[in-house]
Amino acid sequence: MNTELLLQLTINGLIVGLLYGVIAMCFVLIYKSTQVVNFAQGEFLLIGAWVCWATLVWLQLPFWLGFILTLAFMTLFGILIQAVFLKPMIGEPIIAVIMVTIGLSIFFQALMKWIFGVSAQSYPQVFETSTISIGGLNVELAYIMSLIFSFLMMAGFYWFFRYSRMGLAMRATAFDQQVASSLGISVSKVFAASWAISAMVSATAGIVMGMVNGVSDALSFIGIKVFPAVILGGLDSIVGGVVGGVIIGVLENLAEFIDSQYLHIGNLYTIAPFYVLLIILAFKPYGLFGTKDIERI
Amino acid sequence: MEAAKKIKTAEPILSINNIEVVYDEVILVLRGVSLNVPQGEIVTLLGPNGAGKSTTLKAISGLLKSEEGEVNRGEITFMGERIDKKNAEDIVRSGIFQVMEGRRIIEDMTCVENLRLGAYTRKKSNIKDEIEKVFHYFPRLKERTGFAGYLSGGEQQMLAIGRAMMAQPKMILLDEPSMGLSPLLVKEVFGIIEKINKEQGITMLLVEQNANFALKCADYGYIMESGKVVLDGPKSELLNNQDVKEFYLGGSDERKSFKNLKSYKRRKRWL
Repeated sequence: MNTELLLQLTINGLIVGLLYGVIAMCFVLIYKSTQVVNFAQGEFLLIGAWVCWATLVWLQLPFWLGFILTLAFMTLFGILIQAVFLKPMIGEPIIAVIMVTIGLSIFFQALMKWIFGVSAQSYPQVFETSTISIGGLNVELAYIMSLIFSFLMMAGFYWFFRYSRMGLAMRATAFDQQVASSLGISVSKVFAASWAISAMVSATAGIVMGMVNGVSDALSFIGIKVFPAVILGGLDSIVGGVVGGVIIGVLENLAEFIDSQYLHIGNLYTIAPFYVLLIILAFKPYGLFGTKDIERI
Repeated sequence: MEAAKKIKTAEPILSINNIEVVYDEVILVLRGVSLNVPQGEIVTLLGPNGAGKSTTLKAISGLLKSEEGEVNRGEITFMGERIDKKNAEDIVRSGIFQVMEGRRIIEDMTCVENLRLGAYTRKKSNIKDEIEKVFHYFPRLKERTGFAGYLSGGEQQMLAIGRAMMAQPKMILLDEPSMGLSPLLVKEVFGIIEKINKEQGITMLLVEQNANFALKCADYGYIMESGKVVLDGPKSELLNNQDVKEFYLGGSDERKSFKNLKSYKRRKRWL
């Protein structure tokens, strides 16, 4: 048995899993506060990564400036998506809302292809070295950055929902919209804020992933991959999203290990999360941390 | 004393003038309700189920809009300003806070978080001191550190009232604070409501099924039936009214024939 490869893949799985966890948090954030199952989550990553890439390559801006511009753009973008496409859908059947997000997903995927072309592009070198060695293991610097980013985002989410005024307002809105408005909370502001935050954080995750693997359509597929993570954790649990993300990340890398060493099927890596999804849905339809009374879709 | 009261009554903090409320554009729930709430007093709104008491409160606080209801005639004036067209958030900001029926605290938050939410509309203020002030009125909340959903019914009600205090409103609308509480707790909660009214000078509009307790702590009362105010008067007058005694306070001295019941139903009201 190739223990070194196993260890390497497990670490990769943990790092990627944490990133999935962050994206899952964004997904749950929207679901919790606005009851929208956002199938266009992956496009947030894709758009964020492309916009940042464009600021770096087309506009030749320094990374920090391009990054800030991207964040500002995504904030606006999230608010606009909510205001234009999803606000009119409030109170409509959940299946109609899902169709809207699927439509948005397809539309933005095509739009990105139209603007940026179909081939993958890599980011310009941001750091001098691309890999560093920790205890004999080669770790890509971008992975370390991704790890730091994931922890920062999780700590940020924790602080935000625990202590900030807006975070509390979001939790109140998620719990009961009428109570929230009786407290003086503007529900539509909360909706806009949750889409903005979700779009912004997802975009950052997209940029981080784009630095590792290049920017391409594959990024929007991550939005779909996060789905099993969210279902595993429970649709309405932010902690569940993180745990689910890590499990799925490790699992797909273990699948890769088994596949490459023993089975030689090829691409088990991509489908493993969905087998897990099927199994979870059969035995634990509410996920590990999900609330029982939420409506299944 | 009586004269002083009259002058105060002439300056209501809130006045409702002949409002009509319609749900879903077809169901007429309030059919011309008028009432005045004088500054600094406790006014109670009594009546049977379905009379429109809660609807009246929601019309004031603007929460009707989230239930497909609207005020389509008449006007509501708070401190000289029309509020019937404002939305719920702006009404909270202008100083009216509704404690909704059934407590409706945020169950997956702690007491302190619920209280901090109460102060949502007030930026930059000394929230820690405010929370201490609420704990001064409700000392038993201080020891509860877990999720508010695990509090007893009485404690949840106290938390809901405390959360209203955090907004530092000029007026609190209370919708059935006695619901589901033991008589002893009802007494405690009403005692605190009176105390808050006296010490903080917050005007209260109290909707109740428990007429006995409500009239004891209120200064003035209105009785509603099927979408209309059918009787009103100062506390002493209502407590001695035969009909009120019969129907809301329970037990009157003599038996009456059926046609003599509810004399106020046959009186025409012009307000």
